[in-house]
Amino acid sequence: MKRNQGRTLTASVRRDWRKNWQLHLLLWPGLILLIIFKFIPMGGIVMAFKDYVPRKGIFGSEWVGMENFSYMFSLPNTWQVLWNTLRIAIEKIVVNFPIPILIALMLNEIQNIRLKKTVQTIIYLPYFISWVIIAGIVQDLFTEEGMVNQMIQGLGMQPVFFMGESGAFEAMLVGTDVWKNFGYGTVVYLAAITGVDESLFEAAKIDGASRIKQIWYITLPSIAPIVMLMLILSLGNVMNAGFEQIFNLYNPLVYDSADIIDTFVYRVSLVEANYSLGTAVGLLKSVASFILIVSSYAIANKYTDYTVF
Amino acid sequence: MVKIKSKNRIKNRSLSSRLLNMLNGIVLIFVTLLCLFPILNILATSLSSQAAVSANRVTFYPVEFTLASYETVIHRAAFWTASWISVKRVILGVIINVVITVMMAYPLSRPVNEFPMRKVYVGILMVAMVFDGGLVPNYLMVHSLGLFDTIWALVLPCSVKIFHVILMMNFIKQLPGTMLEAAKVDGASHMTVLTRIVIPVSKPVLATVTLFSFIDHWNAWFDGKIYNNNSANYPLQTYLQAMLSNVDNTVVSDSIQNILTNTQTLEAAQMFLTLLPLLVVYPFLQKYFVKGITIGAVKG
Repeated sequence: MKRNQGRTLTASVRRDWRKNWQLHLLLWPGLILLIIFKFIPMGGIVMAFKDYVPRKGIFGSEWVGMENFSYMFSLPNTWQVLWNTLRIAIEKIVVNFPIPILIALMLNEIQNIRLKKTVQTIIYLPYFISWVIIAGIVQDLFTEEGMVNQMIQGLGMQPVFFMGESGAFEAMLVGTDVWKNFGYGTVVYLAAITGVDESLFEAAKIDGASRIKQIWYITLPSIAPIVMLMLILSLGNVMNAGFEQIFNLYNPLVYDSADIIDTFVYRVSLVEANYSLGTAVGLLKSVASFILIVSSYAIANKYTDYTVF
Repeated sequence: MVKIKSKNRIKNRSLSSRLLNMLNGIVLIFVTLLCLFPILNILATSLSSQAAVSANRVTFYPVEFTLASYETVIHRAAFWTASWISVKRVILGVIINVVITVMMAYPLSRPVNEFPMRKVYVGILMVAMVFDGGLVPNYLMVHSLGLFDTIWALVLPCSVKIFHVILMMNFIKQLPGTMLEAAKVDGASHMTVLTRIVIPVSKPVLATVTLFSFIDHWNAWFDGKIYNNNSANYPLQTYLQAMLSNVDNTVVSDSIQNILTNTQTLEAAQMFLTLLPLLVVYPFLQKYFVKGITIGAVKG
């Protein structure tokens, strides 16, 4: 019985190859690149269970079991870094969530097409600027004598040490993240709003509903599914607090509150050359991310019929 | 017809509604300026005298206008070497990325009854998408292949962008089925269907993928930083990052010193020049950005 099944399987594979060999061949170059640069490195995570010595190579190095992990959790830094990652990522998700919806609703009320187009074009320009350049700008604007502090002083308040004070630094991280990314969300929601059935608004107008009421009872419920979807998918990003941003902005004064998993892994592995520990911390993050992303897909699939492929 | 309608609407609108409209416009214009401001600020800084910049007198227009910083940049060989490396990586990277995207998207757009193995490939891509080996294994892989300090280290590890494959696959799926069916009835092979029908009608999505790939490569800096031992091989963004960063100086006083003493006008000029290609293509191609974001909204 089993042998029979095996035979039909190989037979069907062979039939499939004869019919679709061109499709298979098209996929292979990409697949080979993925194997080299994605799947083989996944095997490299065995280093997390070894005492990696470059001279001996991954296979020659000695097995140490869970030692890297127990060392990792004995470091006070690790817990701080985990907490920083979750906290900063969630702060960003929470603040980033309502702003694009609000801006999209406001933009939709603009009657002047030229103005609407111009605003739309400019607000998602920051999304395409690299963090290297944004960090360069931010560092100038947020110094103690910088323009932001001049404005703060103009309002009669004390200047803020953004680059060295934990709370202020964190607020700046969230603020600049919103600045870079809100345009992206706005485009998504604006597209959803444009798709709302025009006749609903006509009917509401005849019934004498005000603009605010139309937004509240028609537009918002109509875009609720895509809002939900965006929110669910952002769950997959809870382990990503923004490496490129933080790496280019932080300094030892704010390590305590702004050091995240990715920056920690970078320093441990590539600056201090502790490859095994770096791999172990990285693995912890990969596993947590994996669980979060897969659950966000599962939830999205269940409630909004969303599929990735 | 449309005109009459809007006229009526204006007439019917109450005073409070009009005030609300004005307020809405003002807030949005303010937000727009807020997005534009930092870019204007670096342009203004690059065109001002260092004295004016140090005194924090520059906001969004040049003070004591001078082209001195640009004259210095012209003679700075390191900047142009880095630019040339960036240009090379963009050209190579975009070509490889787009070709691979097309090659993978077409087979995956075929229905399961026509291509049963699709499920297996989708599974493989899903794993590659949701799980990552992490920094160290990726780093050691590139190292063991001997790619350090070569352009290939910047191009090959990120050559398969699964997000782009999904974007293009969704586009091909939306094509009218009759178009591809007709060709198949005529006995055309997959290769013929792909090159004669699918690619020519996929121009909008190909433009989107090309642009995303261009932006990704132009903006990438971290791979340039870790995969090059010699800073002469840095692409532009990595070069800028090294110039601007105050992270690598682990001593606190050093980093503060760094913020205070570098010539900001020179930095600003190089930042603006790095931004320039993006600013030049952006107004013309932004509709493809919108299209890409909208199609790919569900997967950022």
